[in-house]
Amino acid sequence: MKTTTKLWIGIGVLILFSPLGLILPERFKAGDAWGEWGADAFKELVGYIPKGLEKLSILWSAPIPDYAFKGWEEKGLAGLSFAYIASAIIGILVVACIIFLIGKFLTKKD
Amino acid sequence: MHIPDGYLGPATSGVMYAVMLPVWAIASKVVKKTLKAKQVPLLAIGAAFSFVIMMFNVPIPGGTTGHAVGAVLVAILLGPWAACIAVTVALVVQALLFGDGGITAIGANCFNMAFVEVFAGYYLYKLISGSSLIISNRRVIAAGIAGYVALNIASLSTAIMFGIQPLLHRNANGESLYCPYGLNVAIPTMLGEHLLIFGWVEAVITALVIRYLQKQDPFLLKAGEGVSA
Repeated sequence: MKTTTKLWIGIGVLILFSPLGLILPERFKAGDAWGEWGADAFKELVGYIPKGLEKLSILWSAPIPDYAFKGWEEKGLAGLSFAYIASAIIGILVVACIIFLIGKFLTKKD
Repeated sequence: MHIPDGYLGPATSGVMYAVMLPVWAIASKVVKKTLKAKQVPLLAIGAAFSFVIMMFNVPIPGGTTGHAVGAVLVAILLGPWAACIAVTVALVVQALLFGDGGITAIGANCFNMAFVEVFAGYYLYKLISGSSLIISNRRVIAAGIAGYVALNIASLSTAIMFGIQPLLHRNANGESLYCPYGLNVAIPTMLGEHLLIFGWVEAVITALVIRYLQKQDPFLLKAGEGVSA
Protein backbone atom coordinates (compact mmCIF):
# COMPACT_ATOMS: atom_id res chain seq x y z
CA MET A 1 0.00 0.00 0.00
CA LYS A 2 1.27 3.48 -0.84
CA THR A 3 2.39 5.67 2.06
CA THR A 4 -0.07 8.42 1.13
CA THR A 5 -2.93 5.88 1.28
CA LYS A 6 -1.79 4.80 4.75
CA LEU A 7 -1.55 8.41 5.87
CA TRP A 8 -5.09 9.13 4.61
CA ILE A 9 -6.27 6.13 6.65
CA GLY A 10 -4.47 7.71 9.61
CA ILE A 11 -6.38 10.95 9.00
CA GLY A 12 -9.61 8.91 8.90
CA VAL A 13 -8.81 7.36 12.28
CA LEU A 14 -8.11 10.82 13.72
CA ILE A 15 -11.48 12.02 12.39
CA LEU A 16 -13.28 9.13 14.10
CA PHE A 17 -11.52 9.83 17.40
CA SER A 18 -11.87 13.63 17.12
CA PRO A 19 -14.84 13.76 19.57
CA LEU A 20 -12.26 13.04 22.29
CA GLY A 21 -11.38 16.71 21.84
CA LEU A 22 -14.91 17.44 22.99
CA ILE A 23 -15.53 14.69 25.54
CA LEU A 24 -12.26 14.93 27.53
CA PRO A 25 -12.59 18.69 28.27
CA GLU A 26 -16.21 18.04 29.34
CA ARG A 27 -15.12 15.15 31.56
CA PHE A 28 -12.35 17.15 33.23
CA LYS A 29 -14.44 20.31 33.52
CA ALA A 30 -12.12 22.37 31.39
CA GLY A 31 -13.60 25.44 29.74
CA ASP A 32 -12.65 27.43 26.64
CA ALA A 33 -9.06 27.93 25.57
CA TRP A 34 -7.46 30.99 27.17
CA GLY A 35 -8.36 34.08 25.15
CA GLU A 36 -11.19 32.39 23.23
CA TRP A 37 -14.17 33.28 25.42
CA GLY A 38 -17.41 34.73 24.09
CA ALA A 39 -17.90 38.47 24.62
CA ASP A 40 -20.44 37.91 27.45
CA ALA A 41 -17.87 36.08 29.57
CA PHE A 42 -15.99 39.33 30.19
CA LYS A 43 -18.72 40.71 32.45
CA GLU A 44 -17.71 38.05 34.94
CA LEU A 45 -13.99 38.03 34.15
CA VAL A 46 -13.18 41.75 34.32
CA GLY A 47 -16.49 43.42 35.27
CA TYR A 48 -17.26 44.94 31.86
CA ILE A 49 -17.49 43.92 28.22
CA PRO A 50 -14.77 45.65 26.17
CA LYS A 51 -16.64 47.85 23.65
CA GLY A 52 -14.55 47.11 20.57
CA LEU A 53 -14.48 43.41 21.34
CA GLU A 54 -18.25 43.30 21.69
CA LYS A 55 -18.74 45.00 18.33
CA LEU A 56 -16.21 42.91 16.40
CA SER A 57 -17.14 39.58 17.97
CA ILE A 58 -20.38 39.42 15.99
CA LEU A 59 -18.73 40.39 12.71
CA TRP A 60 -18.81 36.91 11.23
CA SER A 61 -21.36 34.17 11.76
CA ALA A 62 -19.84 30.91 10.63
CA PRO A 63 -22.15 28.30 9.06
CA ILE A 64 -21.04 25.57 11.52
CA PRO A 65 -19.97 27.54 14.61
CA ASP A 66 -17.66 25.63 17.00
CA TYR A 67 -18.00 22.47 14.90
CA ALA A 68 -21.60 22.08 16.08
CA PHE A 69 -24.93 22.17 14.25
CA LYS A 70 -27.34 24.95 15.10
CA GLY A 71 -30.43 23.74 16.94
CA TRP A 72 -28.78 20.52 18.13
CA GLU A 73 -27.97 21.89 21.57
CA GLU A 74 -30.38 19.55 23.34
CA LYS A 75 -29.05 16.41 21.69
CA GLY A 76 -26.30 16.02 24.27
CA LEU A 77 -22.77 14.72 23.91
CA ALA A 78 -23.69 12.04 21.35
CA GLY A 79 -25.22 14.61 19.01
CA LEU A 80 -22.31 16.97 19.54
CA SER A 81 -19.85 14.17 18.81
CA PHE A 82 -21.67 13.33 15.58
CA ALA A 83 -21.58 16.98 14.51
CA TYR A 84 -17.90 17.13 15.45
CA ILE A 85 -17.06 14.17 13.20
CA ALA A 86 -19.21 15.57 10.39
CA SER A 87 -17.43 18.93 10.77
CA ALA A 88 -14.03 17.23 10.59
CA ILE A 89 -15.04 15.46 7.38
CA ILE A 90 -16.47 18.63 5.79
CA GLY A 91 -13.47 20.69 6.90
CA ILE A 92 -10.93 18.20 5.59
CA LEU A 93 -12.75 17.82 2.26
CA VAL A 94 -12.70 21.60 1.79
CA VAL A 95 -9.06 21.87 2.90
CA ALA A 96 -7.98 19.06 0.55
CA CYS A 97 -9.89 20.55 -2.41
CA ILE A 98 -8.25 23.95 -1.87
CA ILE A 99 -4.78 22.37 -1.64
CA PHE A 100 -5.34 20.35 -4.84
CA LEU A 101 -6.49 23.55 -6.60
CA ILE A 102 -3.45 25.44 -5.34
CA GLY A 103 -1.30 22.49 -6.41
CA LYS A 104 -2.77 22.65 -9.92
CA PHE A 105 -1.81 26.31 -10.23
CA LEU A 106 1.57 26.12 -8.56
CA THR A 107 3.23 22.92 -9.70
CA LYS A 108 4.41 21.70 -13.04
CA LYS A 109 4.12 18.09 -14.10
CA ASP A 110 7.49 16.43 -14.16
CA MET B 1 -4.28 29.81 20.15
CA HIS B 2 -6.97 30.85 17.63
CA ILE B 3 -7.48 34.54 18.34
CA PRO B 4 -11.20 35.36 17.86
CA ASP B 5 -12.60 38.54 16.29
CA GLY B 6 -12.54 41.47 18.70
CA TYR B 7 -9.56 40.52 20.83
CA LEU B 8 -7.11 42.46 18.68
CA GLY B 9 -7.53 46.09 17.74
CA PRO B 10 -7.45 47.16 14.08
CA ALA B 11 -3.78 48.21 14.34
CA THR B 12 -2.58 44.74 15.32
CA SER B 13 -4.87 42.84 12.94
CA GLY B 14 -3.91 45.18 10.08
CA VAL B 15 -0.17 44.91 10.70
CA MET B 16 -0.42 41.12 10.84
CA TYR B 17 -2.23 40.96 7.49
CA ALA B 18 0.40 43.33 6.08
CA VAL B 19 3.18 41.05 7.34
CA MET B 20 1.54 37.87 6.06
CA LEU B 21 0.77 39.09 2.52
CA PRO B 22 4.42 39.08 1.40
CA VAL B 23 5.01 35.83 3.32
CA TRP B 24 2.18 34.16 1.40
CA ALA B 25 3.52 35.63 -1.87
CA ILE B 26 7.02 34.27 -1.23
CA ALA B 27 5.57 30.93 -0.13
CA SER B 28 3.67 30.62 -3.44
CA LYS B 29 6.79 31.51 -5.38
CA VAL B 30 9.03 29.03 -3.56
CA VAL B 31 6.43 26.26 -3.74
CA LYS B 32 5.95 26.89 -7.45
CA LYS B 33 9.68 26.44 -7.95
CA THR B 34 10.33 23.46 -5.69
CA LEU B 35 7.21 21.41 -5.04
CA LYS B 36 6.66 18.55 -7.44
CA ALA B 37 3.16 17.67 -8.66
CA LYS B 38 3.44 14.25 -7.04
CA GLN B 39 4.01 15.91 -3.65
CA VAL B 40 0.66 17.73 -3.75
CA PRO B 41 -1.23 14.79 -2.16
CA LEU B 42 1.20 14.90 0.77
CA LEU B 43 0.59 18.65 1.07
CA ALA B 44 -3.16 17.94 1.25
CA ILE B 45 -2.54 15.30 3.92
CA GLY B 46 -0.38 17.78 5.85
CA ALA B 47 -3.11 20.43 5.78
CA ALA B 48 -5.77 17.84 6.72
CA PHE B 49 -3.58 16.62 9.59
CA SER B 50 -3.09 20.12 10.94
CA PHE B 51 -6.83 20.78 10.62
CA VAL B 52 -7.92 17.67 12.52
CA ILE B 53 -5.18 17.65 15.17
CA MET B 54 -6.29 21.16 16.20
CA MET B 55 -9.74 19.68 16.97
CA PHE B 56 -8.23 17.52 19.73
CA ASN B 57 -8.73 19.92 22.61
CA VAL B 58 -6.61 18.75 25.52
CA PRO B 59 -8.06 19.72 28.91
CA ILE B 60 -6.23 21.16 31.87
CA PRO B 61 -8.52 19.71 34.57
CA GLY B 62 -10.71 22.47 35.98
CA GLY B 63 -9.03 25.02 33.74
CA THR B 64 -8.73 25.76 30.06
CA THR B 65 -8.06 23.68 26.97
CA GLY B 66 -5.44 23.78 24.25
CA HIS B 67 -4.22 21.71 21.35
CA ALA B 68 -1.32 20.79 19.11
CA VAL B 69 -1.01 22.41 15.66
CA GLY B 70 1.00 19.86 13.69
CA ALA B 71 2.82 22.66 11.85
CA VAL B 72 6.34 21.41 12.60
CA LEU B 73 5.58 17.97 11.24
CA VAL B 74 4.33 19.42 7.95
CA ALA B 75 7.41 21.66 7.77
CA ILE B 76 9.74 18.67 8.22
CA LEU B 77 7.91 16.71 5.51
CA LEU B 78 7.54 19.45 2.89
CA GLY B 79 9.73 22.37 3.88
CA PRO B 80 8.67 25.56 5.67
CA TRP B 81 7.13 27.43 2.72
CA ALA B 82 4.85 24.58 1.68
CA ALA B 83 3.95 24.06 5.36
CA CYS B 84 3.09 27.74 5.62
CA ILE B 85 0.54 27.29 2.81
CA ALA B 86 -0.86 24.04 4.28
CA VAL B 87 -1.40 25.48 7.78
CA THR B 88 -2.77 28.74 6.32
CA VAL B 89 -5.44 26.82 4.39
CA ALA B 90 -6.39 24.86 7.53
CA LEU B 91 -6.67 28.09 9.57
CA VAL B 92 -8.70 29.95 6.93
CA VAL B 93 -11.21 27.09 6.65
CA GLN B 94 -11.45 26.91 10.46
CA ALA B 95 -12.16 30.64 10.64
CA LEU B 96 -14.64 30.90 7.76
CA LEU B 97 -16.63 27.67 8.17
CA PHE B 98 -16.35 26.97 11.88
CA GLY B 99 -15.75 30.36 13.51
CA ASP B 100 -12.57 28.98 15.08
CA GLY B 101 -10.36 32.07 15.06
CA GLY B 102 -11.66 35.42 13.84
CA ILE B 103 -11.67 36.59 10.25
CA THR B 104 -10.05 39.90 11.22
CA ALA B 105 -7.43 37.79 13.04
CA ILE B 106 -6.57 35.47 10.12
CA GLY B 107 -3.36 37.42 9.51
CA ALA B 108 -2.40 37.19 13.19
CA ASN B 109 -3.32 33.53 13.58
CA CYS B 110 -1.44 32.61 10.41
CA PHE B 111 1.56 34.63 11.60
CA ASN B 112 1.67 32.64 14.85
CA MET B 113 0.87 29.14 13.65
CA ALA B 114 1.67 29.09 9.91
CA PHE B 115 4.78 31.29 10.02
CA VAL B 116 6.41 31.56 13.47
CA GLU B 117 5.78 27.95 14.47
CA VAL B 118 6.59 26.55 11.05
CA PHE B 119 9.92 28.35 10.61
CA ALA B 120 11.06 28.05 14.24
CA GLY B 121 10.29 24.33 14.21
CA TYR B 122 11.83 23.69 10.81
CA TYR B 123 15.17 25.37 11.51
CA LEU B 124 15.44 23.90 14.99
CA TYR B 125 14.85 20.44 13.51
CA LYS B 126 17.55 21.09 10.90
CA LEU B 127 19.95 22.38 13.52
CA ILE B 128 19.53 19.40 15.86
CA SER B 129 19.44 16.79 13.07
CA GLY B 130 22.68 18.08 11.58
CA SER B 131 24.01 15.64 9.04
CA SER B 132 22.56 12.57 10.77
CA LEU B 133 21.09 9.79 8.67
CA ILE B 134 17.44 10.09 7.62
CA ILE B 135 16.62 7.01 9.72
CA SER B 136 18.60 8.02 12.82
CA ASN B 137 17.09 8.36 16.29
CA ARG B 138 18.60 11.80 16.49
CA ARG B 139 16.02 12.99 13.94
CA VAL B 140 13.14 11.64 16.04
CA ILE B 141 14.43 13.52 19.07
CA ALA B 142 15.05 16.62 16.92
CA ALA B 143 11.44 16.47 15.70
CA GLY B 144 10.12 16.22 19.26
CA ILE B 145 12.21 19.11 20.57
CA ALA B 146 11.38 21.24 17.53
CA GLY B 147 7.64 20.57 18.04
CA TYR B 148 7.81 21.46 21.73
CA VAL B 149 9.87 24.62 21.38
CA ALA B 150 8.13 25.93 18.25
CA LEU B 151 4.62 25.58 19.69
CA ASN B 152 5.79 27.48 22.76
CA ILE B 153 7.33 30.27 20.68
CA ALA B 154 4.02 30.51 18.78
CA SER B 155 2.09 30.70 22.05
CA LEU B 156 4.44 33.46 23.27
CA SER B 157 3.89 35.43 20.09
CA THR B 158 0.10 34.99 20.49
CA ALA B 159 0.32 36.10 24.13
CA ILE B 160 2.24 39.24 23.14
CA MET B 161 -0.51 40.15 20.64
CA PHE B 162 -3.16 39.72 23.35
CA GLY B 163 -1.06 41.48 25.96
CA ILE B 164 -0.30 44.70 24.05
CA GLN B 165 -3.98 45.47 23.45
CA PRO B 166 -4.59 47.24 26.81
CA LEU B 167 -1.52 49.40 26.05
CA LEU B 168 -2.84 50.36 22.62
CA HIS B 169 -6.58 50.80 23.09
CA ARG B 170 -8.37 52.21 26.13
CA ASN B 171 -11.35 54.52 26.50
CA ALA B 172 -11.60 57.54 28.80
CA ASN B 173 -12.69 55.36 31.76
CA GLY B 174 -9.56 53.27 31.45
CA GLU B 175 -11.52 50.30 30.13
CA SER B 176 -9.85 48.22 27.45
CA LEU B 177 -11.53 48.25 24.04
CA TYR B 178 -10.22 44.85 23.00
CA CYS B 179 -8.40 42.08 24.92
CA PRO B 180 -8.35 43.44 28.50
CA TYR B 181 -5.46 41.33 29.76
CA GLY B 182 -1.98 42.81 29.65
CA LEU B 183 1.37 41.15 29.03
CA ASN B 184 1.72 40.37 32.75
CA VAL B 185 -1.28 38.04 32.56
CA ALA B 186 -1.27 36.86 28.93
CA ILE B 187 2.36 35.70 28.77
CA PRO B 188 2.55 33.64 31.98
CA THR B 189 -0.86 32.07 31.37
CA MET B 190 -0.48 31.15 27.71
CA LEU B 191 3.19 30.24 27.82
CA GLY B 192 2.73 28.39 31.12
CA GLU B 193 0.00 26.09 29.83
CA HIS B 194 1.89 25.38 26.61
CA LEU B 195 5.17 24.70 28.44
CA LEU B 196 3.38 22.39 30.90
CA ILE B 197 1.00 20.47 28.66
CA PHE B 198 0.24 21.38 25.06
CA GLY B 199 3.90 21.60 23.97
CA TRP B 200 4.38 17.98 24.97
CA VAL B 201 1.44 16.91 22.82
CA GLU B 202 3.03 18.64 19.81
CA ALA B 203 6.39 17.03 20.66
CA VAL B 204 5.00 13.50 20.92
CA ILE B 205 2.90 13.57 17.74
CA THR B 206 5.72 15.15 15.71
CA ALA B 207 8.29 12.61 16.92
CA LEU B 208 5.95 9.62 16.55
CA VAL B 209 4.99 10.38 12.95
CA ILE B 210 8.64 10.94 11.99
CA ARG B 211 9.54 7.60 13.64
CA TYR B 212 6.73 5.89 11.73
CA LEU B 213 7.82 7.39 8.41
CA GLN B 214 11.46 6.40 9.01
CA LYS B 215 10.30 2.79 9.09
CA GLN B 216 7.52 3.04 6.52
CA ASP B 217 8.97 5.29 3.81
CA PRO B 218 12.40 6.92 4.43
CA PHE B 219 12.41 8.17 0.82
CA LEU B 220 9.44 10.37 1.60
CA LEU B 221 11.45 12.01 4.40
CA LYS B 222 14.38 12.40 2.05
CA ALA B 223 12.16 14.06 -0.59
CA GLY B 224 11.14 16.70 1.94
CA GLU B 225 14.71 17.99 1.97
CA GLY B 226 14.32 19.00 -1.68
CA VAL B 227 11.57 21.59 -1.08
CA SER B 228 13.41 23.40 1.68
CA ALA B 229 14.92 26.15 -0.51
